[in-house]
Amino acid sequence: MPHRTFFAFLFPSILAMVLFITLPILSVVVQSLYHQPDAILTVVENCDPFSCTKSTKVDTAAMAAFKAEHPMGQFAGLDNYTNHNHLALADLGQIWAEGGGLGAMASKLMNLPFYRALAFTLTYCFLVTPFAMALGFCIALAVNTLNPLLKGPAIFVSILPMIITPLVGSLIVAWMFNPQGIIGATLQALTGDPKLSLRASPVLTWIVLLGYGIWTNGPFSFVVFYAGLQSVPQDTVESARIDGASRWEIIRFVTIPHLAPLATFVALVQLMDNFRVFEPVVGFSAEANATSLSWLVFNDLVSQDSQQFGSAGATSVLTIAGVLVLLAPVLVRTWRDFNRKVV
Amino acid sequence: MTKNFRVLAGAASLLALLSGGAMAACTVDGKGSVRILSNDFEALRAIETAANECASDAVKITANATAQHKDIQGPALTANPAEYTVAMVANNSIVPLLNDGLIRPLDDLVAKYGSQLAPNQLIKIDGKVMAIAFMGNGQHLFYRKDILEKAGITAVPASWEDVLADAKIIKDKGLLDYPLAAADKPGWDLAAEFVNLYLGTGANFFADGSAELAIDNDQGRKVLETMRAITTFENPDYLTYDANELNKVWDAGKVAFMNQWGSLAGAAIGDKANPDVAKNTGFAAAPTVGGGATPAAALWWDGFTIAKNISDEDAAASFQVMMHGISPDMMKANHDAAAWLITGYEPGPASEGVIANAKGGAKAYPMVPYMGLLHTALSSELADFIAGKEDADQALKDVKAAYDAAAKEGGFLK
Repeated sequence: MPHRTFFAFLFPSILAMVLFITLPILSVVVQSLYHQPDAILTVVENCDPFSCTKSTKVDTAAMAAFKAEHPMGQFAGLDNYTNHNHLALADLGQIWAEGGGLGAMASKLMNLPFYRALAFTLTYCFLVTPFAMALGFCIALAVNTLNPLLKGPAIFVSILPMIITPLVGSLIVAWMFNPQGIIGATLQALTGDPKLSLRASPVLTWIVLLGYGIWTNGPFSFVVFYAGLQSVPQDTVESARIDGASRWEIIRFVTIPHLAPLATFVALVQLMDNFRVFEPVVGFSAEANATSLSWLVFNDLVSQDSQQFGSAGATSVLTIAGVLVLLAPVLVRTWRDFNRKVV
Repeated sequence: MTKNFRVLAGAASLLALLSGGAMAACTVDGKGSVRILSNDFEALRAIETAANECASDAVKITANATAQHKDIQGPALTANPAEYTVAMVANNSIVPLLNDGLIRPLDDLVAKYGSQLAPNQLIKIDGKVMAIAFMGNGQHLFYRKDILEKAGITAVPASWEDVLADAKIIKDKGLLDYPLAAADKPGWDLAAEFVNLYLGTGANFFADGSAELAIDNDQGRKVLETMRAITTFENPDYLTYDANELNKVWDAGKVAFMNQWGSLAGAAIGDKANPDVAKNTGFAAAPTVGGGATPAAALWWDGFTIAKNISDEDAAASFQVMMHGISPDMMKANHDAAAWLITGYEPGPASEGVIANAKGGAKAYPMVPYMGLLHTALSSELADFIAGKEDADQALKDVKAAYDAAAKEGGFLK
């Protein structure tokens, strides 16, 4: 294909990507470098139905003049990145200086909002991705051996977790774990601990969130692997069988190598997705025990009287950086494979 | 007073009968488009229904009642022309609108169309009327008369220390496993608990005349200690309870005391409530804390504001429509939906608590520009404390660190 035609074909999607992905990300980066302008305050008398009091108020006229000159707010450099709510460099220095053993330092670190969110996000990412892939692979193998008549319904049931809206799915599971819900009540009866509940126990919260993540992410791997299974070369399988290979050996030495490139792709997509985990945190009201980076952004933007764009922007940029770091090994490998094939 | 009121009301309804309609007709002088944004609860919906009666060919009315109103109002009113002409607000949600200068002074409109308003309905900032209040609200004590009786408790507790002592009696006598409930869900509700109790101690949130946080003191620690003590008498699942959930637990008859919103008191004793619980539910002022003199609860008002970035014509139409929305007729038709500030309101049983709070000298929720930032810092940073994972000193330190970072970004602290 001549370069010109290639470019003409590609141009619309490049344009769309620049407009809808690159530019917004750039704007987030710029925004993350700014603070709100310094507030100009005056003290005035306020009267409400109950009483009159002296109270502080923002001098809006003076502020409007400043804002007209500085529409972006006040340049803050990297302060949004280094402050307490993000990388907390000052707090890190203090924790290091105080020392007191690894355990004490870790618990102090987990008290900082960004690192607490990062800890859960990474755990979620690295546990849910492999287990969900394994689950999806097992389901794919099982469905693949079914009678053709049963395959349709089995596939439908298997991808249900993916069809259900994540927020709704997490709410349903959350209610089941409520002390009055079926699982919550059973757990309390089995353990004989009337205080055992999702909100009171961080460990249980993490386990349930991870379990939910595996359940809801399994179907994606299933769909991809199931499609991959249809292309496993049957003659290789047959000759392996003639050579006396067991079912397990066929899977180990024929199917898995055949699906390996697919697995790389699934891992890539799932790692990216899981790093942005958000809905389960909200659905399970798990904020007290588990927060994620995406939840921090959400919290900056909605649960305030006024949105903190700078803070949200900084967390977003850190999230993007995290995704890049996570994907680097996989990307490097893909790139090497690609070059090898060309050569 | 009561008698006079009845006579007046009788005369009014007679007049209404003579004029051929239960509701006074709505006439709007001029034309325009009226777009209302509000929170979503019964009293506000009643106002919007009444306001809608003003719709005509000349006056178009739309209303959006949503719990997300606080997130929408800023961007929506910043646009020019603004997305909404009327924003219904409370003490806290008016602050961001004032900070950014998004609402207009109403003095002219009040003089022209506001003859029905009582002086205490006018919210004045620096001498200018910026909002019209129509109802009061606040969290106050709900108690179960029958359980108190069974436990041999004769007086309704007036302080949190008494509430805790009574809760112990109720628990020890085996009447209830978890006699107390509070809105401890990490987030807005949890922070509101802290704000309520801290107001009750009489201490200030901020150093005088600055945005410097001042809650790291004995009062702050006393408040946290009380909050922790309350949780020991709560269902272990207390971290999931927000205000709406509290009413359900109350209705199920599982709780003897709780501090709950006045706007939800009507529902707790209304027709749809569990009759056994409803008939035994009593309301009183919020308890005091740590020997404080005033009920430990913030007083709230709900009112409406008019956007700045709209035409004067729309503003006049909006004001008149809202005057019909908060008319005494609307109030009479929805008498028990709220503690109305509207002229002619005769407090019913559901508003006892809010009125007791006001009479007890409870303080209003602070309207300083950085209060919202503190509320948010409390929302997320008290979660570990209330879950029992850290002590009061650490919690106060965390709140200060989170608040300082936010206030710096907001331009309130250097």
